[in-house]
Amino acid sequence: MAERQQVLSPSRRGFLTGGLMGAAALASTGLARASEGEEVITEIQDWNRYPGDGVDARPYGQPSQFEAHVVRKNVPWLTSDSISSINFTPLHELDGIITPNGLCFERHHAGIAEIEPGSHRLMINGLVDRQLVFTIADLKRFPRENRIFFLECAANSGMEWRGAQLNGCQFTHGMIHCVAYTGVRLKYLLEEAGVKTAGKWLLAEGADASAMTRSIPMEKALDDCMVAFAMNGEALRPEQGYPIRLVVPGWEGNMWIKWLRRLEVGDEPWEQREETSKYTDLLANGKARRHTWVMDVKSVITNPSPQAPITHGKGAMVLSGLAWSGNGAISRVDVSIDGGRNWHAARIDGPSLPMALHRFYYEFDWDGSELFLQSRAIDDKGFIQPTKEQLRSVRGPNSIYHNNGIQTWHVDGEGVVENVEIS
Amino acid sequence: MSRFPELVLAVALLVAPASISLAAQDAPAAGKFGIGREATPEEVAAWDIDVRPDGLGLPEGRGTAAEGMAIYDENCASCHGDFGEAVDRWPVLAGGQGTLENERPEKTIGSYWPHLSTVYDYVRRAMPFGNARSLSDDDVYALTAYLLYLNDIVDDEDFELSKENFTSIKLPNADNFIEDDRESEPHYADKSDPCMSDCKPGKAEVKMHAAVLDVTPENADDSAPQGGID
Repeated sequence: MAERQQVLSPSRRGFLTGGLMGAAALASTGLARASEGEEVITEIQDWNRYPGDGVDARPYGQPSQFEAHVVRKNVPWLTSDSISSINFTPLHELDGIITPNGLCFERHHAGIAEIEPGSHRLMINGLVDRQLVFTIADLKRFPRENRIFFLECAANSGMEWRGAQLNGCQFTHGMIHCVAYTGVRLKYLLEEAGVKTAGKWLLAEGADASAMTRSIPMEKALDDCMVAFAMNGEALRPEQGYPIRLVVPGWEGNMWIKWLRRLEVGDEPWEQREETSKYTDLLANGKARRHTWVMDVKSVITNPSPQAPITHGKGAMVLSGLAWSGNGAISRVDVSIDGGRNWHAARIDGPSLPMALHRFYYEFDWDGSELFLQSRAIDDKGFIQPTKEQLRSVRGPNSIYHNNGIQTWHVDGEGVVENVEIS
Repeated sequence: MSRFPELVLAVALLVAPASISLAAQDAPAAGKFGIGREATPEEVAAWDIDVRPDGLGLPEGRGTAAEGMAIYDENCASCHGDFGEAVDRWPVLAGGQGTLENERPEKTIGSYWPHLSTVYDYVRRAMPFGNARSLSDDDVYALTAYLLYLNDIVDDEDFELSKENFTSIKLPNADNFIEDDRESEPHYADKSDPCMSDCKPGKAEVKMHAAVLDVTPENADDSAPQGGID
């Protein structure tokens, strides 16, 4: 195998150079070479002549080598250390509504806990009739459900409160992912323990070195929360809480406790670090909102965007983006190409599920002139995505969390895209 | 037997968990599905270390601010600074009182946190960073007392914090938290159909470029901007 690669690689490099030059020539001279044709068609290519890897070469498949740039990225200045930090989903490289498992953004408070599932337990204690311990095998004996939900960090777009700062939807909006979870309803587990009448709150705790904890009202816990052990059909990834995580649909990502090991039932919230000093929203008057759990209606255009400029020139083009709401499903997305002067209903394609990402498209002919692209989502509860000005006028610039304001991308005549704020 | 003490120990360790499983099978949980086993009191005690603002969950113990200073200098100062002012982007713990309405508010235990119980709970479960659960309950009382001292909430280094006096301490910003009222904001309260054409006068003009303050990772220089997420 190694020998053959050595034999093949010079011609492969030759193709790459020739191919790029050919493409450049075509782009600059139009159809000047049309009589000869493109080499990728007229020349027999390596992959067309020589067999490739067999089925044993890639027992767990990876994306094409030509997609190696499609990765999560960190913004190092945001946090002190990468083990208590965040990285961002490359939204501009994805389509549809499902995020591939390896590209789901990560946020850890003490790194990734690596837990052998046989050593993991889930305990229910507190105001219950029976304090219980479950193994992972136990959990898989409860009735299972499959649900698609987005998970958005409350701090998504948090760096944009004071104005345009980061050039790329990966960085402005990439603290979000959307996968299909398999798991059991939290309700079944709590019923198995028997919640006492006074049990109005739930404390969920992780097994990692931050022992992450959040208080969740019992009403939500019994409504639609899940304990998930799979995402997109396979076991949770370690960075997403393997072997089990809490799923809290539509609510801020910090509450979706990873490496879930304990659920305590109580009669009051615990006021833990992540629900007092963090994940509270400071207003201009010095007051701070707490218990701001729901993720508001929001959208962003993912293509074009600063990391995904228009490279094809004038003519037919596809604008694409994502919309979501923690209140329910998205009923409509409007798109503007002139900075909010005029709006056009976008086309939502694919499943429209409550508290899941929605994919929208708007097709139009670009005449090569400057564009100011915006999208505005409306959810099925009637909430309309606000402008950043509207949010700042009510809250000031220091909330950090829950910035769902309308994003503007400026496109110049060359198709280069920049994050801007406009009049 | 005496020639193989390690073997005896190993067998004992193997048998012990199995006997717990057997006990669980003998007395199945009484829920609808009959799945899981009852947690032992020792197991609950090992994990249930959370502390609430009303003091529920506080362990027995005590410690003074002066004792806390020694523990702090050894375990905490390398990240949080000698006086809680923080190193690099690690959390600031002290100071900042009266800054919450400023352009750059400084949110610390003294200026922002509503409950002292959160300090005790968090330090006990997650600090020091990199060696969680290594401090004794008395150590955590002493550290909490010292953090009160660094924040000028107590002014006597001999101040002793204990389970008994813990809930008598109120943090200065406790009354400045309000419940979520986002739905009452004008842009959410107004559910009329939004404008679709000629919604704003004139052509859009750029007011701010991200490129002016380009901190996108591929392009950023070494100067980090203000305002992290943590």
